[in-house]
Amino acid sequence: MIGGLVMSNRTQLTVSPGPHVRSKESTSNIMFNVVLALLPTTLTAIYYFGSSALMLIIACSITAVATEALFQKLRGIPVTIGDFSALVTGLLLALTLPPELPIWMAIVGSIIAIALGKQVFGGLGYNFFNPALVGRAFLLASFPVAMTTWKLIDVTSSATPLGADNPTAIALKDLFLGRVGGSLGETSAVAIILGGLYLLYKGYIDWRVPAGYLGTVAVLTTFVGKGGPIFHLLAGGLMLGAFFMATDMVTTPVTKKGRWIFGIGCGILLVIIRVYGGLPEGVLYSILLMNMFVPIIDKYTLPRAFGEVKING
Amino acid sequence: MKRLKARTFEQGIHPRYNKELTAGKAFKLASQPEEVIIPLQQHIGAPAKPLVKKGDIVNLGQKIGQATGFVSADIHASVSGEVLAVEKVNGSLSVKIKNDFEDRQDESIKAKGDLKDLSAEELKDIVKEAGIVGMGGATFPTHVKVSIPEGKNVDKVILNGAECEPYLTVDHRTMVEQAEKVIYGLQALMKMVDAKEGYIGVEVNKPDAIKSMQQAIKAEDKISVVPLEVKYPQGGEKQLIKAILDQEVPSGGLPLDVGVVVNNIGTAVAITDAIQVGMPLVERTVTVTGAVKNPQNLIFRIGTPLSQLIEESGGFIGTPGKVILGGPMMGQAQSNLDLPATKGTSGILVLSKDELGAYPEAGPCIRCARCVDACPAKLLPTALVNLTKADMNLKLQDYHVLDCIECGSCTYVCPANIEILQWVKLGKENLQAELRKSE
Repeated sequence: MIGGLVMSNRTQLTVSPGPHVRSKESTSNIMFNVVLALLPTTLTAIYYFGSSALMLIIACSITAVATEALFQKLRGIPVTIGDFSALVTGLLLALTLPPELPIWMAIVGSIIAIALGKQVFGGLGYNFFNPALVGRAFLLASFPVAMTTWKLIDVTSSATPLGADNPTAIALKDLFLGRVGGSLGETSAVAIILGGLYLLYKGYIDWRVPAGYLGTVAVLTTFVGKGGPIFHLLAGGLMLGAFFMATDMVTTPVTKKGRWIFGIGCGILLVIIRVYGGLPEGVLYSILLMNMFVPIIDKYTLPRAFGEVKING
Repeated sequence: MKRLKARTFEQGIHPRYNKELTAGKAFKLASQPEEVIIPLQQHIGAPAKPLVKKGDIVNLGQKIGQATGFVSADIHASVSGEVLAVEKVNGSLSVKIKNDFEDRQDESIKAKGDLKDLSAEELKDIVKEAGIVGMGGATFPTHVKVSIPEGKNVDKVILNGAECEPYLTVDHRTMVEQAEKVIYGLQALMKMVDAKEGYIGVEVNKPDAIKSMQQAIKAEDKISVVPLEVKYPQGGEKQLIKAILDQEVPSGGLPLDVGVVVNNIGTAVAITDAIQVGMPLVERTVTVTGAVKNPQNLIFRIGTPLSQLIEESGGFIGTPGKVILGGPMMGQAQSNLDLPATKGTSGILVLSKDELGAYPEAGPCIRCARCVDACPAKLLPTALVNLTKADMNLKLQDYHVLDCIECGSCTYVCPANIEILQWVKLGKENLQAELRKSE
């Protein structure tokens, strides 16, 4: 009665738990898309700063990937550099560096980013802090002069606009398009926003984080500090931080309410540091500090489960 | 009471539906097998007790298994013929019957009379005697579902025509081809639980079914057809109630707690047959689909071997990788195709070896929160996995692990290929074990 064909196939059938179909999404695809989204910013950096920018980007990227591979070899675990996450870290770090930074410093920073920022915690998914920002924090602490010396690209700006005596003298149009001094990826807001919009469109970042971050900065700088909200939004590394670093999945809350809190917290810290602190820029520490609060934010922003009713409700 | 805008619940996922393979194909009668294997447990609850022995001659529709206990269901012969054996098949006590192809009906089979003359109690009895169970795949005995406990009040019956599982089209075809039977069954259900309102929820990817149902309820003022958004798991009981009535079944509760009973489209038709013809549940509908040469919707006798239904659909295309009973989201993979299709077999889905690909290796969670955004129960699946791995079982309670409806949306969306649902199921078991210990 039963066909021989079917019988002979019996042992070959796979039995595994459902769901038996899966979405096509993968970690490497997400990370690759982040790299894609960083392309406009990367190209703008190379356009404005030339070969020095190119060298920094290449050095940081290769070092990050190599460090990840080396660490995983040493730990005796599978090498997963194909997931592009190390490349994202290397690229992001490079975009936070001043164009004149010696290459060897960038390499050191990239090693630190992956080794101390990521691998010592257990690798991808287990780190508390944004690895690229860990690398940058290390460089800033170790080589403060080199990390705050910016090349001039146009006569109206003498340094990063946030360090200028009279910030309003810098044309907002230049800030927007990128014709100002600063770190590689800090110069053109339009390039960053382009990449950010792409990630938003693909659903790889949650709009709540940049909205909370940028919105808070805009509101607060309307009342405190010099330059006004538009200047503060466009200057320095805020745009890059808001779209590419504060949105890092691994180091931000998983709840929606938590993401609002995270973004707003970053915004408050940024304004405090920029306006009242001794540092010209606050993106780095605002995000790193908020990274520390992620577990507790997640814990206290647990969404209301379906059917969960208040005892007296 | 008619709503036109598609309604839905919050969150959920959009898998590829693949229903076009069979959605336009009318039901065909599957040929009867030489031999049926009828398990005495095809339902949730206690297995039925066999009423026949080897050598007995049985009639079509004859009761061959008696329900034991409250949550259990009767079992009937799906063909006439000789009992070859009453023995365990794949661990489940089953009755094997050699088909004599005479379809000699049992004398118990007769029309039960007019719906308006039958009392609620009589109707429940008919359902119980017909061995009817939830035919969406859960196979919960229907007579138990409509036995409303003291103190509970039901005023609404919802028929689940969402059919949100990809590939499956039996409910769709039933609504198109047997709309009157569906309505009749719904009216019987409403009478059983003394409900004032009836609803039929249908996803809007089945416009012909919606039209056919709307046509059938023209003269009914108590019944509405509610178009639903196309989204998985729209057919989950709680999601369906949320979509149609905008009410949430409380955590740990049942639809009864909001005055609702939910039944499947196929169940309604089985009830109609039990009343109008007197035929117990001896056949059902199935979508045989995926990597088979002729995907189709079949009506088969309970106990027909899976292999026969697959061959009837033209056999495999290429090398089969998986055969799934039910849909691809919540169905069970089966390796032994000699086993019978039963009351719960709403789909036989073949995935070829090629489309299965390599079994995905799980990577680390990157906290992307796709599972959080997908979960229809609004849980934090990623946190549930971590707590389960850390053996923090009581903590799982704070994260409402027991509210998981096991729809698998989390696993579906996970870019790291983590078997989230498996971890969550383990966490549920661990928590329940812990709770029992502390009692």
